[in-house]
Amino acid sequence: MSRSSFLPSRKTLESFAIPVGAFLLSMILFGAFCTLWGAPFLSVFSSIYRAGFGSWYAWQNSLLRAAPLMLCALCTALPARAGIITVGNEGAFVVGGLACAVAGLWTQAAPAWVSLFAMAVAGAIAGGVWIASAAALQHYRHVNAVISSLLLNYIAIACMLQLVEGPLRDPESLNSPATRAIIPAHQLGHLFHSRVHWGIVFSVVASLLSWLFLDHTVWGMKLKIVRGNRRAATLIGLPTGALILTASFLGGAAAGLAGMVEVAAVQGRAGHAIAAGYGYVGILVAFLARQSPLRIIVVSLILGAVVASGGGLQRDLDLPDASIAVFEGIVFLLILASEALYGRFTWFEEKELSDATL
Amino acid sequence: MTGHPTTPDRRLFLRTSTAAGIGVLLGSTRFLSAADQRIVMGFVYSGPKNDLGYNQAHWQGKQTLASLPYVRAIDEANIDETNDVEESMRNMIHMDGAKVIFGTSYGYLDPYMLRLARECPDVQFFHCGGSYREGVDPPNLGVYFGFIDEVEYLAGMAAGSMTKSGLLGFVAAKPIPQVLRNINSYMLGARSVHPTVAMKVVFTGDWVLPVREAEAASSLADQGADVLTGHTGSPRVIVQVAERRGIWATGYQFDQSLVAPHRFLTGAEWSWGVVYRQYAEMIHAGRSVTAGTIPRRMTGMLKDGFCRLSNFGPAVPFDVRASILDAQQQLIHGTRAIYQGPLRDNKGRVVVPAGKTISISDTALDRMNWLLEGIDGEVGSL
Repeated sequence: MSRSSFLPSRKTLESFAIPVGAFLLSMILFGAFCTLWGAPFLSVFSSIYRAGFGSWYAWQNSLLRAAPLMLCALCTALPARAGIITVGNEGAFVVGGLACAVAGLWTQAAPAWVSLFAMAVAGAIAGGVWIASAAALQHYRHVNAVISSLLLNYIAIACMLQLVEGPLRDPESLNSPATRAIIPAHQLGHLFHSRVHWGIVFSVVASLLSWLFLDHTVWGMKLKIVRGNRRAATLIGLPTGALILTASFLGGAAAGLAGMVEVAAVQGRAGHAIAAGYGYVGILVAFLARQSPLRIIVVSLILGAVVASGGGLQRDLDLPDASIAVFEGIVFLLILASEALYGRFTWFEEKELSDATL
Repeated sequence: MTGHPTTPDRRLFLRTSTAAGIGVLLGSTRFLSAADQRIVMGFVYSGPKNDLGYNQAHWQGKQTLASLPYVRAIDEANIDETNDVEESMRNMIHMDGAKVIFGTSYGYLDPYMLRLARECPDVQFFHCGGSYREGVDPPNLGVYFGFIDEVEYLAGMAAGSMTKSGLLGFVAAKPIPQVLRNINSYMLGARSVHPTVAMKVVFTGDWVLPVREAEAASSLADQGADVLTGHTGSPRVIVQVAERRGIWATGYQFDQSLVAPHRFLTGAEWSWGVVYRQYAEMIHAGRSVTAGTIPRRMTGMLKDGFCRLSNFGPAVPFDVRASILDAQQQLIHGTRAIYQGPLRDNKGRVVVPAGKTISISDTALDRMNWLLEGIDGEVGSL
């Protein structure tokens, strides 16, 4: 069964319906969970909607959170096209943020655009190398990339904390150790007097470029072959290792860029606060979007709204602060479980079915 | 899609998606009709609302506002001292129309609340603890705090009355003045009923480190302390250790009698509800910190009701209760002083000379950097 058709086939419908169904089911489960806590079933979703899309202010909140999610999701989606499953998004995000802070502090004397460029490049390279190393471990040393990239998250956070509490520490950051701040003139600006920063533009452009390269170039086709059968790809003369490493590097670079945006546009400095969990939610986005860069844009917006509504659930309905994490957990679980449903619904089969099968 | 037989799975899918869709639509209309005239007051805590400690005390304070018909109190818990504070508070202002914001954690003030106060000059901000720098900080910001030393003194009396070994154990977060004040007041209370009592202090290094607090409490019990207390985010764990080890405990921040039904004596707890109601009433009356009609700095002690003594546990004898309640009356009426010279620190230095009395509200106590004689502990140690 080929999936390469550009027309919306039943297969494409299937890969749309199953995640959407899983998402809706998790909404119902979460609604039931909240009902147990005394919040009316429907008001849970109206609260999420209000906090995520209810006003221009709410939209800005969602966009602010969607931006890092998109880039972090690409960190799972790009390597996945080459058959490497990585969950190192958080680590790549953190090293990207840290590298950005270092680059930003080094280039304080330079013009703003030079400094911003240096920060973006530093963040992207740091994140890229981070994920490429997990992919290299799998390709050359047969270390499972899921495990190694997960462990690399902890290493990244530990290294970052070690540095911001030690050599990179701003002596004035008493309450929460952090690096010195990037000078305001060098920070990433906002779009049209809104609270939304340039990160959203980076994210959408990166997603569109990924879609272009993955689905409409020979390079993307080669990746598909590598994912399909690595041995066969090697036999027909494809540079398997280089392809895998490039895809992983680009994925990591996206997450690193997200870290750069977090430091250069949001926090202004690197500290423990940059490990805010965007990387982990990014994995969820990638799976919900079934590793498709275009869908990642939409799913990030939805999950951005969900993340943004955590406070709203507390304020409107007195739900516990962990509620939104419960929702994310339910979604993640059902999305993973729904992977097993592909091919189980006869309607989605490509060939016409005879009535006898029903 | 028509023309194909529908499988049960697809029907279920359609049903659920329609239900969820209608749900979202119905729900979103609920808020459109809300034309609420109440003053919205937003509270942000750094820890969980049910920590049986500092955060729960603030949450409980916020809950008392429910009885005021003109206030709508909203809150968010577990907000780190990062940009998240600013985001939460900004959401309260823009999405819920909050006109008053309370930040309850020390690290919220600088730079987050300062920045947001400048951004939203129509909103009044109040921060628990810290100080206001005249001419530097935004005019729509005030600070509030309570002097809980007197209540610690009373809890110390309970400890001094109940100890058999003559050794008390104190687990504390950081050797900062606010904590040292509580340790010394507790010691003075204990000494007032048991002149030879001694105390050991262990600093854990941070406000919420339950494992280290439990270890410290156990080790104090091993060393012979038979009354434990603490000054951390929530001394819940310390009180629990006392219950398990069969020794006494006094609480702090919130009523911890729940976790030690047999071994809990009493404790010093906050009554933030009193403070929040005062603020609510003043704001309802049209006063504001910006205009100078609400004090820039609101502080209070036992007599103001900012803090109180926890209910006595079942083990406290009636004569002990009576003497503590007597002392409480004396403190409230100002006929008993806590810091009365001569007092020496544990290095032999005279810290309060003979004949001198320092009042609890005297700012001199805010620079405290010593532990009284009889206390085994180092101010410089972590």
